[in-house]
Amino acid sequence: MLDKNGIAKRIAKEIRDGYYVNLGIGIPTLVANFIPDGINVVLQSENGLLGMGPFPFEGEEDADLINAGKQTITTLPGSSIFDSAMSFGMIRSQKIDLTILGAMEVSENGDIANWKIPGKMVKGMGGAMDLVASAKNIIVAMQHVNKAGESKLLPKCSLPLTGVNCIRKVVTELAVLDILPEGGFKLIERAPGVSVDYIKQVTAGRLFADDGAPEMILD
Amino acid sequence: MINKVVAGADEAIRDIKDGSTLMLGGFGLCGIPENCITALVKKGVKRLTCISNNAGVDDFGIGLMLQQRQVKKMISSYVGENAEFERQLLSGELEVELIPQGTLATRCMAAGYGMPAIFTPAGVGTEVAEGKEIRNFNGKDYLMEYAFDADFALVKAWKGDTAGNLIFRSTSRNFNPVMAMAGKITIAEVEELVEAGTLDPDHVHTPGVYVHRIFQGANYEKRIEQRTVRPRN
Repeated sequence: MLDKNGIAKRIAKEIRDGYYVNLGIGIPTLVANFIPDGINVVLQSENGLLGMGPFPFEGEEDADLINAGKQTITTLPGSSIFDSAMSFGMIRSQKIDLTILGAMEVSENGDIANWKIPGKMVKGMGGAMDLVASAKNIIVAMQHVNKAGESKLLPKCSLPLTGVNCIRKVVTELAVLDILPEGGFKLIERAPGVSVDYIKQVTAGRLFADDGAPEMILD
Repeated sequence: MINKVVAGADEAIRDIKDGSTLMLGGFGLCGIPENCITALVKKGVKRLTCISNNAGVDDFGIGLMLQQRQVKKMISSYVGENAEFERQLLSGELEVELIPQGTLATRCMAAGYGMPAIFTPAGVGTEVAEGKEIRNFNGKDYLMEYAFDADFALVKAWKGDTAGNLIFRSTSRNFNPVMAMAGKITIAEVEELVEAGTLDPDHVHTPGVYVHRIFQGANYEKRIEQRTVRPRN
């Protein structure tokens, strides 16, 4: 079983040289720490920045320079700044190669829910609906089950949707799963020490794992 | 050159009335029109509709207007981090329309470009699509979303000149340029107001034609919402 950094580390292996990448809040943000040496990527922050760098040194924080999580950040050489309309223009026109975001639920046909729990506080969708509606390559980073122990990989989402039929890959603390075009989760890799049976047990949607699945190699 | 300069925030917002629809630039607390918000709180106008990506925090930004119950409706993409907001929302005092962030930005842009509507895939198949016209282009569904119609746009720029030309700094640009283009009356507050002719025309982000009033702001707090740093070594 992986911790949050482990999930981020596994997702980082999906990043290719030359990618423009949008990282969501939470586990996706951690992916930036595990981008392999020799791979050049440009991180987009949807509040209007390409070329996001690490957090500033103490005392060098700039209130005018934040990421989409409202954290103080830095720019890297070659970065650029633009307004919010252009930011979503490059998302909609598929200039961003990879989007990594968190989710509350994912369904076996690739629907995603991550913005609202009816009856509880509604924080809003931010840029998530724009991202999932347009991105060509989306990876969901999330826990396999929720705090109540219920599977988050479902036949059908129960929460209000963020996007429909848009997710193709999910990485959890237990597994890497692809969502098949005809529907269903296909087990691609298991986290170290996790059995196929256990993954079946905590996956409520259809799981295809007949040919087994290798353990992840993280390093 | 047409002089757009007014003395300060109070004069700039003089004709904002109860029931007005406002756009407020900024992302989180970054690049928000601090001086205009302070003046609106002082003036006490009520039943405002505010179009803004976020709703501030409890004691800063639009949160100050929420505390005084000046806001009837918020149109935003993300409204976390504000307990008073949550309270008013759950008690029904505050109306909230949540829309995707790109849709919000592009509806501003459409207004500034003189286009009545846009088509976006964001929200197709979700509750955001309810009651909206769907058109299919090249095999993909898009929602028709209307350009915003705002009485006033309140924006914050880094530098501006007496002709209303604006330059933004770093990620405090965010929604400010598209909102500046979208207001029937656009009010810009700037950290540094200079004479027309001082700014290089090639560096202007928002041409003065979109700006009706401009003033030199004062006492910027520029509060940081999430101060994140890394160790030196």
